[in-house]
Amino acid sequence: MNGGISLYQSTYRESWFGNSKGDILSGLVVALALIPEAIAFSIIAGVDPMVGLYASFTIAVTISFVGGRPGMISAATGAMALLFIDLVADHGLQYLLAATILTGVIQVIFGICKLARYMKFIPRSVMVGFVNALAILIFTSQLEHFVDESWIMYALVGVTLAFIYLFPYVTKVVPSTLVAIILVTFVTIVMDFNIRAVGDMGTISQTLPIFLIPKIPLTIETLLIVFPYSIALAIVGLLESLLTASIVDDSTETNSNKNIESRGQGIANIITGFFGGMAGCAMIGQSIINMKSGGRGRLSSFVAGVFLMFLIVVLGDIVVQIPMAALAGVMIMVAISTFDWNSLRTIHLVPRSDAAVMIITVVTVVFTHNLAIGVFAGIILSSVFFVSKISRVRVDEVRKEDKITYSIYGELFFASVSELLHQFQYDTDIQEIEINLSASHIWDDSAVVAVDKIVSNFKSNGKQVNVTGLNEDSTELVGKLANKLGSH
Amino acid sequence: MYQKILLATDGSQHSKRAAENAVNIAKCSAGSKLEVVYVVDVDRAKSDVLTHWHSVDVNDSRKDQVSEVERIAKDAGVSYQVKVLRGEPGPVIVKYANDKEFDIVIIGSRGLNGLQEFVLGSVSHKVAKRANCPVLIVK
Repeated sequence: MNGGISLYQSTYRESWFGNSKGDILSGLVVALALIPEAIAFSIIAGVDPMVGLYASFTIAVTISFVGGRPGMISAATGAMALLFIDLVADHGLQYLLAATILTGVIQVIFGICKLARYMKFIPRSVMVGFVNALAILIFTSQLEHFVDESWIMYALVGVTLAFIYLFPYVTKVVPSTLVAIILVTFVTIVMDFNIRAVGDMGTISQTLPIFLIPKIPLTIETLLIVFPYSIALAIVGLLESLLTASIVDDSTETNSNKNIESRGQGIANIITGFFGGMAGCAMIGQSIINMKSGGRGRLSSFVAGVFLMFLIVVLGDIVVQIPMAALAGVMIMVAISTFDWNSLRTIHLVPRSDAAVMIITVVTVVFTHNLAIGVFAGIILSSVFFVSKISRVRVDEVRKEDKITYSIYGELFFASVSELLHQFQYDTDIQEIEINLSASHIWDDSAVVAVDKIVSNFKSNGKQVNVTGLNEDSTELVGKLANKLGSH
Repeated sequence: MYQKILLATDGSQHSKRAAENAVNIAKCSAGSKLEVVYVVDVDRAKSDVLTHWHSVDVNDSRKDQVSEVERIAKDAGVSYQVKVLRGEPGPVIVKYANDKEFDIVIIGSRGLNGLQEFVLGSVSHKVAKRANCPVLIVK
């Protein structure tokens, strides 16, 4: 069903049970690692922790059936949570659920129309800017938890981070984030610190999600409120999902179908919206944890989702006592590992325009708090740079006794022709002019008009002009347009 | 005396010196085979994919990493093959060396100081400790 190229994913059945033991174990590990993130992302978005936990359950389970990339973990994510903060603040949870469903619908359409390959139109520097901006936003979203807090908060965050980074030297079997959270929660309860906990940010209900239709008025006005958020969510979700899929492809040496993955992300979001969860997408960090723990197949995502829900139902009472300090520590770790540090080390090596695009993408996101706007700004800027780079045209002039030959080098199109007209000397004594275009390409009507104009300028000075060396495409375009656009 | 030789490389200067030693050892006995392994760390998959977002194949640049080693082997007329493995470098190299019963493992030391080694961990140390065959660490 999935069209995977490697033998490993040759059948759908195989993609479920080809690696059962590894998948079950890694699924358990991923579930433990997902819980703190799902809660923290809910708090970033300003909704009850249950909204993120339900989302992580339904997305992980749904994707295990309909996803295109076995072994990849999808759940509630920071990239998405950051996008709908305003929607939740202005209109409330019901509009978020509606936006989640609409996001899913857009993603399904995207997948059916096979648009995944256009993701490659997004320049590398924009992708790097995207992950860096995401990291910065996740980090800054945690700063509010430090406002008006005592030194205990700072100390506990420090302890959490120390455990997260040092515990792997003891053992890597249990996720160190979980160990850190358990320890810090335990210390807080025993020492009776009076600091904010998850329970102060919302309630944890120990029940399974139920099907419900968002309570919103079904009007055009609602659609206009929700649609801009949904389109941004759909784009950002697919961007991160397809980036993660590429990483999983690379790490497992297998291929995956990105269109089926897009459709799968959409289906997962639709179902999630109807079960009271917030929109999500694939997660780079969790997918890497899954692969390192031996997860390869669909079963790993399924087990992760089911075990996560099981833990919440059983341990909900304890979860509300997790101090915010511990979650802030986890989020700071997520921010650090999301950031592409390699891009800082190589920033002086990459072309200046690429570095500029990356920085502009980051700055735009940090100011607008919207990853989608940042990505658009980055794409537009890199298009402008690209156009200016290829719009350089050189004209060589060879004079013989009775003839001048102008050879044009470069791409002729709307951005490159404006300078071109001034590079010819129209009032010479020589009567025969040749314009050689063999090292050039005529791309659009502006270029046809420009060449036409040059020819007519020479003619009006009484010269005899020959245009030579047009390539096939250019000749065809000139033939199509010359009669209709003639400026004289 | 050493027939099956395993050279673990990361494309660095240190591993280039290790390659020179590996080639010299291979030349000592007729019919010896050199296998060059390059380990791709899952932790680095993100930055690798981002760095090669538009490349046709991420693995092209990984193969570039061992091209220097290949040149050294080729110049010396030693028969060799290259393999890319995935996972955490230390354990993966140890497992490969033990499973395939290599006669010797040659690996470059990154030349880290005490603190760096404590934080980053020394791949060559792990290999030396756990491989079942002689290990040559080249400084």
